Amino acid sequence: MTTTETTGTAPAAQPDGTPLLHASGVIMRFGGLTAVRNVDLTVNSGEIVGLIGPNGAGKTTFFNCLTGLYVPTEGSVSYRGTVLPPKPHLVTKAGIARTFQNIRLFANMTVLENVLVGRHTRTREGLLSALIRGPRYHKAEARSRARAMELLEFTGLAGKADHLARNLPYGEQRKLEIARALASEPGLLLLDEPTAGMNPQETRATEELVFAIRDQGIAVLVIEHDMRFIFNLCDRVAVLVQGQKLIEGTSDVVQSDDRVIAAYLGEPIATTEGDAGTDAGTDGATDAETDTDPDGGSAAGEQENDR
Amino acid sequence: MTDIPTTAAAEILGTTDPFAPRKDPFVTLPLPAARALTLLGAVATIASTFMSWTYTTDFPGDLTVNGYPGGLQVITLIGAILTGLIALGAFRVKGLAWLVPSRSNNAVLLLAAGTFATTWYTVIAIAQELGGLANLDPGGFVAAVASLALLIGALALPIDRHPLEQPDADYYELGRFSENGAFRGTWAWLREARLRHSELPVADPRKLPTWVQYLAIIVVAAAGLKVLTYGLATGYTEVFVGYLILVAFTLWSFSAAGLTRQFSQITTDHRPFAMIVGVLAAIAYPFAQNNEHWANLGVNILIFGTVALGLNIVVGLTGLLDLGYVAFLGVGAYAAALVSGSPYSIWSGTQFPFWAAALVGMAASLVFGVLIGAPTLRLRGDYLAIVTLGFGEIFRIAVNNLDGVSGPKVTNGPNGIAQIPDLSIFGYNLGDSHDIGSFTLGRFANYYLLMLVITVIVVLIFTRAADSRIGRSWIAIREDETAATAMGINGFRVKLIAFALGASLAGLAGTVSAHVTYSVVPNPYQFSGSAPPNSAFLLAAVVLGGMGTVSGPVLGAALLYLVPEKLGFLQRYELFAFGVTLILIMRFRPEGIIPNRRRQLEFHEAETEVPAPRAPGDGAVTAGQAGA
Repeated sequence: MTTTETTGTAPAAQPDGTPLLHASGVIMRFGGLTAVRNVDLTVNSGEIVGLIGPNGAGKTTFFNCLTGLYVPTEGSVSYRGTVLPPKPHLVTKAGIARTFQNIRLFANMTVLENVLVGRHTRTREGLLSALIRGPRYHKAEARSRARAMELLEFTGLAGKADHLARNLPYGEQRKLEIARALASEPGLLLLDEPTAGMNPQETRATEELVFAIRDQGIAVLVIEHDMRFIFNLCDRVAVLVQGQKLIEGTSDVVQSDDRVIAAYLGEPIATTEGDAGTDAGTDGATDAETDTDPDGGSAAGEQENDR
Repeated sequence: MTDIPTTAAAEILGTTDPFAPRKDPFVTLPLPAARALTLLGAVATIASTFMSWTYTTDFPGDLTVNGYPGGLQVITLIGAILTGLIALGAFRVKGLAWLVPSRSNNAVLLLAAGTFATTWYTVIAIAQELGGLANLDPGGFVAAVASLALLIGALALPIDRHPLEQPDADYYELGRFSENGAFRGTWAWLREARLRHSELPVADPRKLPTWVQYLAIIVVAAAGLKVLTYGLATGYTEVFVGYLILVAFTLWSFSAAGLTRQFSQITTDHRPFAMIVGVLAAIAYPFAQNNEHWANLGVNILIFGTVALGLNIVVGLTGLLDLGYVAFLGVGAYAAALVSGSPYSIWSGTQFPFWAAALVGMAASLVFGVLIGAPTLRLRGDYLAIVTLGFGEIFRIAVNNLDGVSGPKVTNGPNGIAQIPDLSIFGYNLGDSHDIGSFTLGRFANYYLLMLVITVIVVLIFTRAADSRIGRSWIAIREDETAATAMGINGFRVKLIAFALGASLAGLAGTVSAHVTYSVVPNPYQFSGSAPPNSAFLLAAVVLGGMGTVSGPVLGAALLYLVPEKLGFLQRYELFAFGVTLILIMRFRPEGIIPNRRRQLEFHEAETEVPAPRAPGDGAVTAGQAGA
């Protein structure tokens, strides 16, 4: 359950322990449909937590509950011990930033301007200040720009600061979304499928980026379908199926859990030969998806009853 | 059964680069012949304007005098001279080559077309109005033939055009017999005929000596002022039509020549200087002519333009569709009228000084803006449009009914508040004529100058607000409200600020408008009508001119005000004509006449694969390609 990997390189990286985000008993109903059922999740500082599950499991809905886009029907979400208000901008102000599953950049603003918008909560200059343009305004603006350029350097987009966001290639748009989220100086970053549609090299690069973000002391909660990516990256993985949290634990625990396999592949065929492949560390994802374990039958049966 | 000419398609695909720039003439002639014909046509057209075009002086603008061009002949003359100069520039004649930095003959073609259109319009108008071709002097025929020769010559020059369309495999296999395929096939020639000159490399104007750049700004400002006053001074509809045709084609041609791009680069580099020169040119306007009518036009255009600029904050930057915006102008006007000291005001005794009246007008509009905005800005999209549309009408009807009969007596109902006294600022009574040197500033000229100050203030507010934290959050909301709130922007608050700011700027303009028109009545403040300002016209000015820009709405306002003013015959078809114009603009130039750099990239992405060459640092590349 706890992080095992601590990095000595990052000065700001806090060791594990203190809970950052705590969601307890989150239930989200849309009319008769319960998209999220009673999910608890804790993210500690300095941790990378993964959230996986089949399509329609309620991962993004859960994300939206965390970030205030949806108000949970029941349950509460607290950040650093205080309950979060159900307004997206206040959540961001409190220190949780997010990216979106389908990229939502400000397409007709430049790359730099996108990141500057992310700085909104950390700057205070209002309309009057903008009209008067005193020294304080110029100082704040210069600071914002410097910080934004820093983030663009960090994500490798500095050379394209003046381009329109819409003109960036897909992978760089994803990076820009992360840079924009980082601009709000979050303590926790929520990434919704950051590698969707990427090739293996780009996925690798994103992995590095997420590690680098964690090394800056920012905890990360990530939704992803790429199992290799998730199990490489995450200290802990939670599995969401049908709106319910099935299991939470380290990569190994999750990979070898029969219910997870069943949830992804459906009911196993009992006659298939069992194969010891699930213990492989990095290849676990593919193995887990290709192998069916005869022992999984009973678990899958339970799952079936739940439905 | 149908043969699929895949081999033909493959051949075409294999041999030609689909995006290769194309330089094909419309009319086949040897190049030297085409050039000669163009120049000959220009010279002959120039010569023809010195001849008599008609027998009688019945046609507006005396065209009967030999050796002295008048009326529309002057416009033809100017067009022909410009065409000749641009042609020489495009043919790379030493000393004139700088006129066409893009080296494109498109500039020649467009000016030739403008000259041709003006000339033929004149000839046809003479024949039509005076009853038959018999009324034409030989000079008229010479002009017609000469300008036709000019046009043909220009058409025979190599013209930069859109690439040929590829008959791609999809088209042949699937689309050929479909409706869409047939449609595409039918109109392909038209699309291929389109001119394409926006990406041609031009020399970097930053390499010019600084004084030349300053001079260019001054010359353009002076020329702009001259052209504008000339247009306003035209007494006859016919002359104004000719003027409009030529101005439109000339501006288009300059853009094809690359001059516009160079000039906009210069103005971005020397923005403060350009703004000062622009303001000076605007100040010079009432001095350049001594006609109160034109000064009145000037004030009204400024009021209209300023309100459009305020609307641009709401619509262009924040993306909130406000269909009742003119009501805020009305609120400001009524508030100012009530404290103006007018005997018809319920507080007829109180007369505020102008600054206080302006503040009252702004504050009243601000209050109304917040009152309307607070409940509605939580909604998105269409709801806001409907609510604001309703508010606009409610304002007008309420003001109509606050007459002491249907409701409390505040506004005198349809009679309005009349006899608003003239303003007096620091003892300078704006109602009187003042002599400054040899110039006389009349009442409207005074108000024009006052309104100019307000316009400059509004422009400053607009530019400073747009390029700041709050402006960025407005644009972010326009782009994607969900993402904006997820980035920590309080959408409601930011939208309310935009709405209230827009409203108070309109209120500010309204305070001046009340004094200019002597009286305030409810009727002009409606959703749509035949005369500006009304909400529909304001919106049209913003969309037509260019959303999110400063000069766009002002230009749009000027056009929307001047065209109906000058073209009396349009009156019955005015709204129809605007409708058609707006549809055409939306279809062919959705970013407006003056595009925001962002929006231009947005709408013409396919045509500009690379980001704008105007971005700092990229200029050197284009300059290098141009080799200048």
